[in-house]
Amino acid sequence: MNLQAFLLLAAALFSIGLFGALSQQSVVMLMMGLELMVNGLLAAGGGFWFYVSPGAADGQVLVLVAVTVMALEMAMGFAVVTALFRARDVDLTDDAGDLRG
Amino acid sequence: MQAFAFWVLAAAAAGSGAAVFVVDSMARATFSLLGSFLCVGAELLLIDLHYLGVLVMLMMIMEMLVMAVFMIMYMMNPAGLMPMSMVHNRRGALAISGTAFAALAAGAVLVPWPERRGAPPADPTRALGEAVMGPKMLVMMVIGIAILATMIATVVLATHRGRYDRPGSDARAEGGGGG
Repeated sequence: MNLQAFLLLAAALFSIGLFGALSQQSVVMLMMGLELMVNGLLAAGGGFWFYVSPGAADGQVLVLVAVTVMALEMAMGFAVVTALFRARDVDLTDDAGDLRG
Repeated sequence: MQAFAFWVLAAAAAGSGAAVFVVDSMARATFSLLGSFLCVGAELLLIDLHYLGVLVMLMMIMEMLVMAVFMIMYMMNPAGLMPMSMVHNRRGALAISGTAFAALAAGAVLVPWPERRGAPPADPTRALGEAVMGPKMLVMMVIGIAILATMIATVVLATHRGRYDRPGSDARAEGGGGG
């Protein structure tokens, strides 16, 4: 158990989440991918705190911010999905391509 | 013993994370995601972060229960009776995420990380509390305002007469609606 092990776990979770965020057609499944990516961040933040600088609380504060971001992201995501669904009956990413460049 | 627990939990976290995109029902996917979060929370407990580990576990249990309600609302395959695969560009996504994992893993192993500075405090929770009430207070203030803004924004977006839902008129056809 060392920093590399924690970072490998974080990399695995982040990549799995990235796959979900890129490949899922349902907007809610896409959000689960984003949550998994932030989950990886939690593991990495905790690992950095313990193995690099346990004397300062910075790593812990980062984990706290990541947990909050995850909750806010989910709340905003569901609000947007609800608004989109109400207005246009859309719950697939392919139908919500307004910002496609 | 600790190392063994770490790898078992890591495998469980990654495995249940992958299961999210494999299982046939959105309810099962939600609980797989919860399993992944619980494993990461337990990993935090292994490195003395007792408060944050328990916080992650409790928050994610609540969050995933709320999420399960939304999942059941929006799911196209309620009981998981049929195989569910709703993906686009699977090959591209696999290639990109595989490349990202290879790059991140190579970075994790190859980068010469700095030596450990300091020792963990006797009570990390106390250190965190003193940090957020002292030098890191700005972080907590920003988080507080972000939470307030999110509460207002979610209510505005989700109420029935929101910006995107005006009975009897098409907001886009109106050209912004005389605002």
